Amino acid sequence: MNETTGGIEDDEGSGIVKKFMFVNRKAPYGTIYALEGLEVVLISAAFDQDVSMAFLDDGVYQLVKGQHTKALAVKNFSPTYRALEGYDIEKLYVERESLEMRGLNADDLLVPVEVLSSAAMGDLMKTQDVVIGF
Amino acid sequence: MALEVNGKTYETDEEGYLLNLSEWDEDIAKVLAEGEKVDMTENHWEVVNFLREYYNDYQIAPAVRVLTKAIGKKLGAEKGNSKYLYELFPYGPAKQACKIAGLPKPTGCI
Repeated sequence: MNETTGGIEDDEGSGIVKKFMFVNRKAPYGTIYALEGLEVVLISAAFDQDVSMAFLDDGVYQLVKGQHTKALAVKNFSPTYRALEGYDIEKLYVERESLEMRGLNADDLLVPVEVLSSAAMGDLMKTQDVVIGF
Repeated sequence: MALEVNGKTYETDEEGYLLNLSEWDEDIAKVLAEGEKVDMTENHWEVVNFLREYYNDYQIAPAVRVLTKAIGKKLGAEKGNSKYLYELFPYGPAKQACKIAGLPKPTGCI
């Protein structure tokens, strides 16, 4: 603690920051997982942690452009992924194999992402303190 | 709960947030503001309209930190700070302004 910071910022700065990765594996509609997972991520942003999101398997469909949910009579929450940047959640990782298997590439997605191979995704998961799956 | 405006009844949740945001209009906003004891000025409307636009774009009501930052970006630093926003909406800009704007309670509001 010193004169210039007065101690308050010091206390806040000394909070432990953990690496949290939220792993999304399910299609956006049909179950509540994708929406609930997104809400947890938005809430987690309030705690100043190192938060990232990973999209694998059918979870890649969560980010696909041009979602129309009228026939399903549920809310299209896909625009909310574009709000993540404003919440300082900018680390979005998508597994290449999952995209390719579904005939998709990064241009089909709503937001800028980093596309990683399955092996690289596994390595990244290993570096996390907490991995939470939805 | 319900809200009565110009002889019409609108449904709200138990905290008074409008349930169907497509029903919102300025008269409803004025009644919601009265309930919050907020005297609507041009500056209040600016924030309320900003929130409606944000919701329209992103389908969520922003957390207060995110709202403050986004307002600063669009309307300038003199408005994008907690002091300014809390002066307009003393019981929490996100909570009160969202209610008046007819939006759900902000996600990540703790």
